[in-house]
Amino acid sequence: MSSTMTRNTIEEEVAARTGAMRTIRRGLALSPELRRGLPGTIVLALLATAGKVIIPIVIQQVLDFGIATDGVDMSFVIRMTWVALGAVALTAAATGWMHLRLAKVSETALSGLRVRAFRHIHDLSMLHQASEQRGALVARVTSDVDQISRFMQWAGLMIIVNAGQALMAIVVMVVYSLPLALVVIVAIPIIILTVRWFQTRLEKAYLIVREKVGRMLATLAEVVVGAPVIRAYGIEQRVRDKLGDAIEEHRASAVKAGGLSSTFSGVGELLSSLVIAGVLVVGTILAVNGTETVGTVVAFLFLVQLFIQPIQTFGEAVNEAQTAVAGWRRVLDVLDIPPDVADPGPRGIDLPHRPLGVDFVNVNFRYPKTGETGREATGTVALRDVSVAIAPQTRVAVVGETGSGKTTFAKLLTRLMDPSSGEVRVGGVNIRNIRFRSLRDRVVMVPQEGMLFRGTIGDNVRMGKPEASRPELDQTFRRLGLDDWLGELAAGLDTQVGERGASLSVGERQLVTLVRAAIADPELLVLDEATSSVDPATEVRISRALNQLTAGRTVVTIAHRMSTAEAADRVLVFDDAEIVQDGTHAELVAEGGVYGRLYASWQRGTADIAAE
Amino acid sequence: MTTDAVLEESLQAERKVIGRGLQLIRRQLRRAPRQFGLGFGGTALYAVMTIASAYAVGYATDAVLIPSIEAGEVSTAGLVGAALLIIGVSAARGLGISLRRYGAYAAQYRLQQRDRTDVTDRYLELPIEWHRRYPTGQLLSNVNADVEAASQIAAPLPMAFGVLVMLAITIVVLIFTDPYLAIVGFAITPAIALTNIAYQRRMRIAAASAQRLRAEVSEIAHESFDAALVVKAMGREDAEVGRFGSRSDDLRDRMVDVGRLRAAFDPMMEALPTIGVLAVVLVGAWRVDQGLMTEGTLVTFAYLFRLIALPMRVFAWLLGQLPMAVVGWDRIEAVLDETGAVEYGTTALTSSGGAAAEAAAVGYLYPETETADLADPDAAPRATTNGERRGIESVTLDVPPGKTVALVGPTGSGKTTVAHLLVRLFDPDEGCIRLDGKGLIDLERSEIADTAALVFQEAFLFDDTIAANITLGAPHSAAEVREAAELAQAHEFISQLPAGYETLVGERGASLSGGQRQRIALARAIVGKPRLLVLDDATSAVDPAVETTILEGLASLDTTVVIVAYRRSSIVLADEVIFIEDGRITGRGTHEGLYAASPAYRALIDAYDKEGAA
Repeated sequence: MSSTMTRNTIEEEVAARTGAMRTIRRGLALSPELRRGLPGTIVLALLATAGKVIIPIVIQQVLDFGIATDGVDMSFVIRMTWVALGAVALTAAATGWMHLRLAKVSETALSGLRVRAFRHIHDLSMLHQASEQRGALVARVTSDVDQISRFMQWAGLMIIVNAGQALMAIVVMVVYSLPLALVVIVAIPIIILTVRWFQTRLEKAYLIVREKVGRMLATLAEVVVGAPVIRAYGIEQRVRDKLGDAIEEHRASAVKAGGLSSTFSGVGELLSSLVIAGVLVVGTILAVNGTETVGTVVAFLFLVQLFIQPIQTFGEAVNEAQTAVAGWRRVLDVLDIPPDVADPGPRGIDLPHRPLGVDFVNVNFRYPKTGETGREATGTVALRDVSVAIAPQTRVAVVGETGSGKTTFAKLLTRLMDPSSGEVRVGGVNIRNIRFRSLRDRVVMVPQEGMLFRGTIGDNVRMGKPEASRPELDQTFRRLGLDDWLGELAAGLDTQVGERGASLSVGERQLVTLVRAAIADPELLVLDEATSSVDPATEVRISRALNQLTAGRTVVTIAHRMSTAEAADRVLVFDDAEIVQDGTHAELVAEGGVYGRLYASWQRGTADIAAE
Repeated sequence: MTTDAVLEESLQAERKVIGRGLQLIRRQLRRAPRQFGLGFGGTALYAVMTIASAYAVGYATDAVLIPSIEAGEVSTAGLVGAALLIIGVSAARGLGISLRRYGAYAAQYRLQQRDRTDVTDRYLELPIEWHRRYPTGQLLSNVNADVEAASQIAAPLPMAFGVLVMLAITIVVLIFTDPYLAIVGFAITPAIALTNIAYQRRMRIAAASAQRLRAEVSEIAHESFDAALVVKAMGREDAEVGRFGSRSDDLRDRMVDVGRLRAAFDPMMEALPTIGVLAVVLVGAWRVDQGLMTEGTLVTFAYLFRLIALPMRVFAWLLGQLPMAVVGWDRIEAVLDETGAVEYGTTALTSSGGAAAEAAAVGYLYPETETADLADPDAAPRATTNGERRGIESVTLDVPPGKTVALVGPTGSGKTTVAHLLVRLFDPDEGCIRLDGKGLIDLERSEIADTAALVFQEAFLFDDTIAANITLGAPHSAAEVREAAELAQAHEFISQLPAGYETLVGERGASLSGGQRQRIALARAIVGKPRLLVLDDATSAVDPAVETTILEGLASLDTTVVIVAYRRSSIVLADEVIFIEDGRITGRGTHEGLYAASPAYRALIDAYDKEGAA
């Protein structure tokens, strides 16, 4: 966990607390299932609390009328006990039913919200643009939604039940005896002030704890991940000291917050005893004057407990509710980001089944800053007024330094993003007007690192063409010259690739992605060349498969190796967001410029021996 | 499995857990005695005062309220006395609550601190090989989640003790006051206890399965978002939604099951104590009618039952935490009990200038598997390789003082293993590594780090300033740091940063590029003026031209250099090349000599040549 992320979350949380009601309203509007069942649930909650108030009343009735000084009216006592038992049964039934309703309604609604957010996030280009935000996006569909669920079934419920209980207790008290109730009412502001005094301090204390936890975890991670470096440089003691400080700071802050919370409990207890003593004193005086009965005073002692206890836990529930609402808001905020790339829908056009050319017409692209949509982006300029036409069935290599715009070029070409202005055309059609299904069928991108999903090799390859049969898969492997490799694997097509393909080597993962692209049989292939080094044997396989795969297609390769550029029909050189050179390898070498420099630096790196 | 079978299995596990749990409780009590002492003191005060408060209210009714009404006048002294008694008892009870909770917090975090320190101490002492046996996530969650889980039983302990005290006192007192009424009241406690146990049992199964599903949902989201490009590029969004949605629905169903359990048991647990109170009132009224007890005693009874019925839940809480706590403790113990910390000798090195490094018939095999669970060494070992064991075999080499030797070979051939063995990151299975003719395992602890420096391929930076990342706390002057950075070709970019050498690099050096991180890691190695410098593909992310400048600069140092190299430009700078294939040395000599003589070497170098960076 990153400490900076912890800080951000804390800031967000503070901000979210201001608009809590707005968030809840928006959240309920988005998940109407939640609201539909709400009145019924609240009625059940009130019924449930009513039961709790019955007991003191019964005890008062029994003591006042059942057990008078002149004897006990047993039949009355028994009658009242039956009434109370009825109330207990009613409370139990109402509570049970309420829990069940809440669980069903909120879990159904939240599962829906979770899936909707998941789908929506896949439509946001920030998912692949800003990899550092991925962890946060996962939290949107996991822990944030879990928090709302806890809120619905715990804190939110507590607030309703507690408010109901306090309200009923005070109503019953007023009905019983206005003067005695006044004693309690006078105490309310004092209690509320005390609760708030502690609450603000507790909030601050726990913010500090969370910061310290973040720091401690980051330091712990360094010890584990950096173990070889620590060992090689013999800095165990230094690391131990730093870690010791972080652990101690966390302990101290947590104990401090715990101490505050403990004091709060003690003070709450003291407050309620003050009210009880007040009731006793005033009650006795009133009873002596004949205004109140003994039973009323005793019942009051119970009612005071029923009244004060929810106020004490109220703060806790509100605190938890605020955290949950902050999470809810984060989910809603993600849903509010408009998908920057949208399917044209029924008006869309299907691409013809013939070799496809590509045209870029005055294309500009700027990355959006946080909170901006694609159209109004004012961030870094990634492409500036790029116009280029690529004929069908040519192999184009795109070269340039990191950040020159070549990756942006590929993403616009496959419509992972839309340009800020200008037009991208595939097969002569504006790419925005092509149906997604048709576009993804005809245009396939093979990303840099072979990205695989948990499952078998067959499952992963079939993603390119879900209906592909087993012989078809085998044939594709054969066509790419990879049947020998597949044969070496113990389980062949049924080999499990592990999480993210971890059971295969980097090179083997690339092989699988190439087969996946081949079986999709696209007209336009966009390759993002891998940079990581692979052992020579796999390297040979990859290039053989690539040759097979690219034959007869329009191919745009984001090249990291000069050998790729040398072999291409045409080379586009990007520098500082523009195409600065365009031609064959030989032409460009003769021209010099950026390409000449890149080529020379590569040659220096590989051909020193030739000079000797 | 049927529900009954699951339940039966969980019953057996429970018996084991309770035995282990009691041991854990004993251990934790001993590890934070002062804090627990405070908590138990507080809880005793709380327990006694809770019972006292019931009597105080009863006393106020019997001795003040009723006599006053009967007398028709208020005795001010009596009234004030009763009020003060109630306030005093409550204040003491409040103090008890505060101390109890504070003690529990203090104990819990003290336990976490001790275990975290002890476990990380072991991490720092155990061999790197041991680290390799476990996934990073497992080692991290051991010092985090496991330590927390084992400490969490500290929270309910004082309270549970207090409830025991209260129960004991009330049973004794009530039996003496009115045994019949006591029996009536306590008749409800076995029902409460049984309900609690049944609830915990079922809840644990449901909650664990919900937890598992939650992890799966999160895993799918991670995998799916990480592969966002593929998902988009292949138009797989709907399939992904289907995959995620079906797990999400499973989680929903399980959470509804949890809700159903709560719906069944929560009301019961609330109702039972109330039924107890009603029974007391009913039977009490009858006994007052018979003249066997006073009204005040009845009030006391009713009040007391309400007070102690609710806290009984603490046992359910304690029972609920035990399994998690025991699993956490098992994992902690596995680390603390681990023997085989690296042992060091007492020999010191006396020479100066470049060191002589030797390996004599060295063999080393990587552990075949990694263990998924610290607590259970037999649990699901996972293959770290595709079936073949990697390592090196009878490797013999010597690097003369001041010379530069390049280790060259295909991926997985064992170059890195040799590099790591040379600085004793771990020890060989057979054979011997020597520095200046002295065996590495005989050297003093600090001697190796002072003499040899290894630069890793993955440059690991600490969340600190650039300067601190170079010095690692050693007392190097600013001029020395700068000199090292200049040699590593890092000075230029560092001085362009707003805060220069004082720039914070962020977690793992996140604010810097890969090449920048590698150059800082290199400066870190150079600044200590090592007599042996081992570079394990340490400049892979650096531009080839800059790399050449760096390597040429290293020649000015009075040091021996061993370099694992991938680029022809760096290989040709070495005095000698050692070619490693499949864990064995298959050739050595000058680059030109090997290129001419060894077809395998030639093929490899030619393959590297094709990979020039564009």
